[in-house]
Amino acid sequence: MKRRDFFSKSVMAGMAAGAAATFGGYDKLWARSSNTARYDMVAVMGGTPEAMFDMGIQELGGIGAFISRGQRVLVKPNIGWDATPEMAANTNPMLVKRIIEHCFKAGAKEVYVLDHSIDNWLNTYKNSGIERAARSAKAKVVPANSESYYQSVNIPAGVRLKTTKVHGMLLETDVYINVPVLKDHNSTRMSCCLKNAMGLVWDRGFWHGNNLHQCIADFALYERKPVLNIIDCYNVIVKNGPQGVSREDVVMMKSLIITPDWVAGDTAAAKMLGVEPEKIDYIPIAYKMGLGNMKLDSLNIRRIKM
Amino acid sequence: MTSPFLRRFRIFFSTIVLICSILVFVDFRSLIPAKYINAFLYLQFVPSALKFVQIRSLAAGGFIFVLLLTFLTGRTYCSFLCPLGIGMDLFSRMGGWFKKKFRRFGYKRPFTFVRYSLLAITLTVTFIWGIYMLTLLDPYSIFGRFITFFIKPLFLYFNNFLESILRRFDVYILSNIHVHGFSPMTYLIPLFFLLLISTLSFTRGRLYCNMICPVGTFLGLISKISLFRIKFSEDKCTRCGRCSVGCKSSCIDFLKYHVDVSRCVDCFNCINTCPEKALSYGISDFRTKKQETDQSRRAFITGSLILLSGTSYTTRGQEKKTPVPTRLSTVKESRTYPVCPPGAGSMEEFNRLCTACSLCITACPDRVLRPAVKEYGIAGLMQPVMDYHKSFCSYNCTICNEICPTNALKPLIVEAKKLTQIGKVIFIKDNCIVKTEKTACGACSESCPTKAVFMIPYEDNLLIPDTNQDICIGCGHCEYACPTIPYKAIFVDGNPVHQAAQKPETTEAEISTPEDFPF
Repeated sequence: MKRRDFFSKSVMAGMAAGAAATFGGYDKLWARSSNTARYDMVAVMGGTPEAMFDMGIQELGGIGAFISRGQRVLVKPNIGWDATPEMAANTNPMLVKRIIEHCFKAGAKEVYVLDHSIDNWLNTYKNSGIERAARSAKAKVVPANSESYYQSVNIPAGVRLKTTKVHGMLLETDVYINVPVLKDHNSTRMSCCLKNAMGLVWDRGFWHGNNLHQCIADFALYERKPVLNIIDCYNVIVKNGPQGVSREDVVMMKSLIITPDWVAGDTAAAKMLGVEPEKIDYIPIAYKMGLGNMKLDSLNIRRIKM
Repeated sequence: MTSPFLRRFRIFFSTIVLICSILVFVDFRSLIPAKYINAFLYLQFVPSALKFVQIRSLAAGGFIFVLLLTFLTGRTYCSFLCPLGIGMDLFSRMGGWFKKKFRRFGYKRPFTFVRYSLLAITLTVTFIWGIYMLTLLDPYSIFGRFITFFIKPLFLYFNNFLESILRRFDVYILSNIHVHGFSPMTYLIPLFFLLLISTLSFTRGRLYCNMICPVGTFLGLISKISLFRIKFSEDKCTRCGRCSVGCKSSCIDFLKYHVDVSRCVDCFNCINTCPEKALSYGISDFRTKKQETDQSRRAFITGSLILLSGTSYTTRGQEKKTPVPTRLSTVKESRTYPVCPPGAGSMEEFNRLCTACSLCITACPDRVLRPAVKEYGIAGLMQPVMDYHKSFCSYNCTICNEICPTNALKPLIVEAKKLTQIGKVIFIKDNCIVKTEKTACGACSESCPTKAVFMIPYEDNLLIPDTNQDICIGCGHCEYACPTIPYKAIFVDGNPVHQAAQKPETTEAEISTPEDFPF
């Protein structure tokens, strides 16, 4: 072996070893060590969105308990509406920013933020404040306004929704974090975790035309599920949702709910809004399909007041 | 002046104008602020004149400036400011690559009858019946349609191509924009003019400007008494004829030492071509000017003018009948009126003032505007109309009425726009998913920015839409969102005269800030 070959081969070997350490998922084992899943849900009240998140996620063992070093993370807030943050039609931008910072601190390779908006996407990304907040935290803000971003996927177990087009980012990233804002909704009565996932699909009209509640639950069957649901209940639209007409529709609840179980998250959120969870059809449907737990009594919930 | 700088300056200046004009019309990411677009289009002759007639203020006085400019300098507008003319120069130049060795232009007699007839017809029709001839022949509007119909899609394809490459590198500064065309009928006129103008300019230079364009003809009349013009120095001229051969307006008769200033567009090519510097641009020498009066032409113009002033008011009195809108109960959505953009005031007024330059169509960030086919009648062909099957009008957006150069769309501040009712919502219960499928939907109400569409209890646990026309502004978001096919269960019927919508009522929320978790 020539000296040059020796060098190049040792460098290769070193890189391979390094790569194995990076991609092999060993970090995951370390990160998930002691305090994972002590709680099924953490609810925080009384602080700023950032402070509540800092405190809440700590109770769940940090965001590193849900994402691993080197992973590409999709953060999916609600950026559906051309409205300013105080109108609470979109997720609080400061919360989104804080989540991204935590992801990077936990070693995320890349964080992406997107939503298939209902109003003009350029306006919603900008006026929601999320685009700027996410970029300032070094996340990549991805457009979702054109069908070319979406790919067809199958949901074999779906009752009404057997196939749908999802954003390519959902398929390309390793994990996804659902960051809905709790809102009243004029037809489904509430928009939260499960409903927020509609922002990942292209053909929403099909959902509306084919039993909306069943479709919302069916999509939760899809193999890519959020590792975490972080529900923004800081400012909450309690009527005229999901976009609200005026500030009178918004109530400051100063709360945050974090849970890996999105059915449980929606159940708790419905109670915040003062609606019976059974009345929101997609919650009992999703519960019966085994997609999560709506019996909050059986869950280990940590409640914190700041 | 015989400086070669004149021509270079013309080329430099007009290139900038052309590039800016194209950018204004392809600005698909709405990056150019409206005030810059307004400032840039201030000098466009026909739009400015139309705007001036309405608001009578120097804010729309760009055309006065053009008139003064023409008095002073001749038809510099045609070479420096008219984007269509500049585009023609480009084509003409390309034509030169193929025909370099031949005598390209040479002096030709003017198409006097054609050009003055077209000017007279345009003026007559405009004053008596309406905007139709200007829609067809206004050079700025023709240019706008070219870019919107034919060039912008190319930019979009290029953008999408770049975006698809950048996406692979995990870069998202661009976004994919679906390219959709318009109804085939609306392409007929732009396509005809595209073929006509490109052929004429490719082979015959500025013949279109000197034969058909009413603005060119009109400014040509004024430039006959302009202060500055191209002149011969007879003592220097050797009659080589190069100026004439190179003149894209075919207006230099070197044998008679004569330049037809009514056709000269001040391109200054001849100054640079002339080896003897016998042609110069300078103050007109009125003493040697021969008085030639064409009596028949004079009679024709006077006659036309009398016709104009005499008949315009009597005929304008005959206003179109306005049919009474009928409330619809059938399953098929049928509109009594098309919806015209906010700021239009009324459909009739709008139809009277819009030259279909399609700037609003291309600038609309929601791409809800498309050229009309027969919504406004045949005369309103290509004027913008709202298409709520394609998109909707953003609640906070006023771009179209901010940039309209003819004031067919009047500027509205956002707060006023939010209360301008351009149409009214109509709900067809028999089409609605909630009734036909007995499942939840509410896509219409969800999208409604004023909650003019709201949900009321229906059978079982269901909610069904209901409407409040008083607070509806006709943005069409409900119609766009409605998933039923082929007919929508909810649609917007246009208001022939735009109305003021009431402000949505606000009531205090029943829920208050929680003290503790309710779970």
